[in-house]
Amino acid sequence: MRLFINGIGVIAPCDVFSEKLSASYPNGDKLKCIEPDYTSWISPQAIRRMSRILKMGTTSALMALQHSSVQVPDAIITGTGYGCIEDTTSFLTRLIAQDEEALNPTPFMQSTHNTIGSLVALLLQCQGYNHTFVHGAHAFEHALVDAMMLFEDQPALNVLVGGIDESTDVSQAIHARFGKYRRADDEARKDEGAGQHGVIAGEGAVFFSLTGRQSPNSTAVIDRIQTFAKSSITSKEITTFIEDHKIDLVLSGQSGNAVADRDAERLLDATLPRAGRTQFKHLCGEYTTASAFAVALAVKMMSGNFRNDKSSMYQPHNGEIRSVLIYNRYFGGDHSLMLMNAC
Amino acid sequence: MVHIAGAGIISGIGHNYEQCFSSLANSTHGIKPLSKIQSRFTGSLPVGEVMLDNDAISLEVGAQPGLPRTALLGIHAATEAVRSCTLKHPGWRKGFVSGTTVGGMDRSEIFFRSFLNDRKSGHLNDIVHHGCGSISNLIAQHVGFTDFVSTINTACSSSVNAIIYATKLIRNGLVDIALAGGTDALTKFTINGFRSLMILDEDLCKPFDANRAGLNLGEGAGYVLLVSEKVMKYEALNSRGVIAGFGNTNDAYHQTASSPEGRGSYLAMKQALTTASLDADEISYINLHGTGTVNNDLSESAAIIRLFQDKVPALSSTKTFTGHTLGACGGIEAVFSLMALEHQCIFPNLRFGEAIHETGLKPQQHFAIQSVKHVMSNSFGFGGNCSSIIISQNSNSQ
Repeated sequence: MRLFINGIGVIAPCDVFSEKLSASYPNGDKLKCIEPDYTSWISPQAIRRMSRILKMGTTSALMALQHSSVQVPDAIITGTGYGCIEDTTSFLTRLIAQDEEALNPTPFMQSTHNTIGSLVALLLQCQGYNHTFVHGAHAFEHALVDAMMLFEDQPALNVLVGGIDESTDVSQAIHARFGKYRRADDEARKDEGAGQHGVIAGEGAVFFSLTGRQSPNSTAVIDRIQTFAKSSITSKEITTFIEDHKIDLVLSGQSGNAVADRDAERLLDATLPRAGRTQFKHLCGEYTTASAFAVALAVKMMSGNFRNDKSSMYQPHNGEIRSVLIYNRYFGGDHSLMLMNAC
Repeated sequence: MVHIAGAGIISGIGHNYEQCFSSLANSTHGIKPLSKIQSRFTGSLPVGEVMLDNDAISLEVGAQPGLPRTALLGIHAATEAVRSCTLKHPGWRKGFVSGTTVGGMDRSEIFFRSFLNDRKSGHLNDIVHHGCGSISNLIAQHVGFTDFVSTINTACSSSVNAIIYATKLIRNGLVDIALAGGTDALTKFTINGFRSLMILDEDLCKPFDANRAGLNLGEGAGYVLLVSEKVMKYEALNSRGVIAGFGNTNDAYHQTASSPEGRGSYLAMKQALTTASLDADEISYINLHGTGTVNNDLSESAAIIRLFQDKVPALSSTKTFTGHTLGACGGIEAVFSLMALEHQCIFPNLRFGEAIHETGLKPQQHFAIQSVKHVMSNSFGFGGNCSSIIISQNSNSQ
C-alpha cells in the first residue's frame, strides 16, 4: 500500500522549505533545531508544562495537519529512537541527588517514549489508533510500515506519522564518549589522529499527514520501504528493492563516518551509477530518525522549486527529479531503503 | 489466520511456562519484598521479582555477562518460545517484535550515578544498550529471528501492541513467522517513578476490590511464536490458538489517568470483538489489565459493564500474582491467556473481598476448570494507549 503525503511539518536545524539550502551551522558540537514561536500553535498554559521535545513534536504534528487541511487524524503513529531524553535525565538526576526521596512525578510521566504521540492525541482529542515505535534508527520506517498496513485494511483513513528525536547536553556528552562524533577541536587534535569521524549530531521533529489514496493535496508518495537488521547490504538487495523502477536521485545518508561513507559510495557506484546523488545529514545531522527529515527533503526536491547547494550535490541530476531513493544508515549500520515518487 | 505455535515466559511466579501455570493453578503468587535492587525500599516494597540474578540468567541462556536485565529476561523467554516449536524449513522469514518501557535502564542507572559526578566516569558498557531497540537486537540475535526486528514502547500496552504489529506483519506477507511480546526489568527509575505518582500499594495489591490501594510492580518477559497458515500447514504444526481480533485506541483524557467511564478501554475492547467477528457473550474469560489502582480498575470495570452489560464473562487480574510487569504485561498475559485456552481453565483474582461500589463486578475468586473458547486480554497504558486482544481456540480443533 502506498503512502500519499498531503502535509508536512518540519522543525529541523535548517529551513527545509527555503529556496536555497546550504549546510546548517553547528551549535557547538551539534546541529540544533531552529525552533518556531510555539505560542502560534499551542496555548501558553500547555506549553509551560512541556519539555522541548514535546513542544517540537506536537508543533510539527499540528503543522502537518494544517498543511493538509485535516482537523483530526484517524491515527497517530510516531517513531523515536531515544524518546524524551531531557525528562528521563531530569528524573534520573533528581532520583540520585535526592536519594529516592520527595520526587516530582512530572518528568517521569513525560519520560516514556509514547508521550509525544499521546500528547498529540490529547491536544486533538483523537481517540483513534495510536502507536509508538522505538527501534533506534528504524523507528520512523517501522511507523511508516504500520501506516501502510493500516491503509491495507482502510485506505480512506488520514494517518499522521512522525519521526522525532532531540539532542540534549547530556545525550551529546554520552554519545561523544564513544568517540564517534566530530569535535569542535578536531583541527587542533589532528596530530592525535582526530578528524577520522566527521559525524555531527543532529535532531529534528518531522510529521507527515498521509492517506492511502491520492488526494488533490498529495505532493509525493512513498511506494516502498525496507529495513535491514544487519550491518551491511548488497547491490542485489538494492536492485531487488527497486525492481525496474527508474531512479532520478539517491538521497544518501552520508554521515561523516569515513569508512561507512566510502562503503556506501562504492555500493551506489556499483548499483546506481547513473542516478543523481546527494546527501542530507549536513542539513539535519546524524540522529536515529534522520530519515524522516530525508523524506521531507525528498518531497521538496521533487517539487521543482529546489535549487541545490552545489557543494552537496556531488552527482547532479539534469532535469526534473520525479523519483528518489533514500538510502540511510546510522553510524554505518541500520540500513534502510525508501522509494518515493512525485505526484 | 495467524496461529500461535509456541510460547515462552519468565516472571515472579515461574521461570517457564510449566512453572507459571502451576503457580496460577495453585493460587501461589510471587509478590515479596524487594531484594535484588539496592534501594531505599529494599526489604519493604512488595514487588514481583524474578528470583534469578543476572549472572545466573546469563549462564543459563549462554549470553555474554553484563547485559541489561531486560535483555536477559527477554532472551530467557524468547529462547523457551523458539524451542517450544520445531521448524524444519530454513527459509522462513522470521521477525521479532518486542515491547519494553525501560530498555537498558537498570545498567544506565548505574552509569549515571558515576557520570553525574564526573562526565568522564561511568563504564560505557553500562550505557551502550540503553536504547529500547538495542535490547530487541540483543534478543533477536540470540534466537536468530533477524529478518525484521522492531520495538514498541506505548507504556503498559507495549507488548500487546507488539503482538498486534507482528500479527499484521504476517497477514501482510512481510514475514512468515514472528516472535512477539515484551520484556521489562525492575529498576529504581520505575520504582521511584510510580512511587512519586503515589499509585503503589505498600501491601499486596487488591485489583478490582473496593479497598484497593494501588499496584505492585513486577518484572518479566513473555513471548508468543506466531506463524502464518502456510507455515502451520507446511511444518505440520499444532495450532495452540489464534489471534482472533484486536483493538488499539487512545483514551485522550489525561497523561497518566484513564477517563472515569473508560472510553478508550471500551473502544479497544469493542474493536477487538468487531475484528474477531464475535459478540460480547462469546468471550469466555477476560484477563484484566487490573492493576489495582483506584483509577484503572474503576475505569476498566465501567467499560466492561458498558460493553458486556448483563453478559459479563469470568474475569480476573493475574497481576495479583505477578505484579504489574509494565511493558512486559501484555506478552506475559497473552501467555497466561493461552494457558487458559490450553488447560480450559479460569485463573483467580487473588485477595478479592468486596466489589467496587460503583460497578459491583465480582472477579473470579477460585481457580476453575471450565470451557474456554475465546479469551480477551486487556492492556491500558500511560498516555491513554489502550489495547485489547482476543486469543481463541483454532476453529478446526475440537
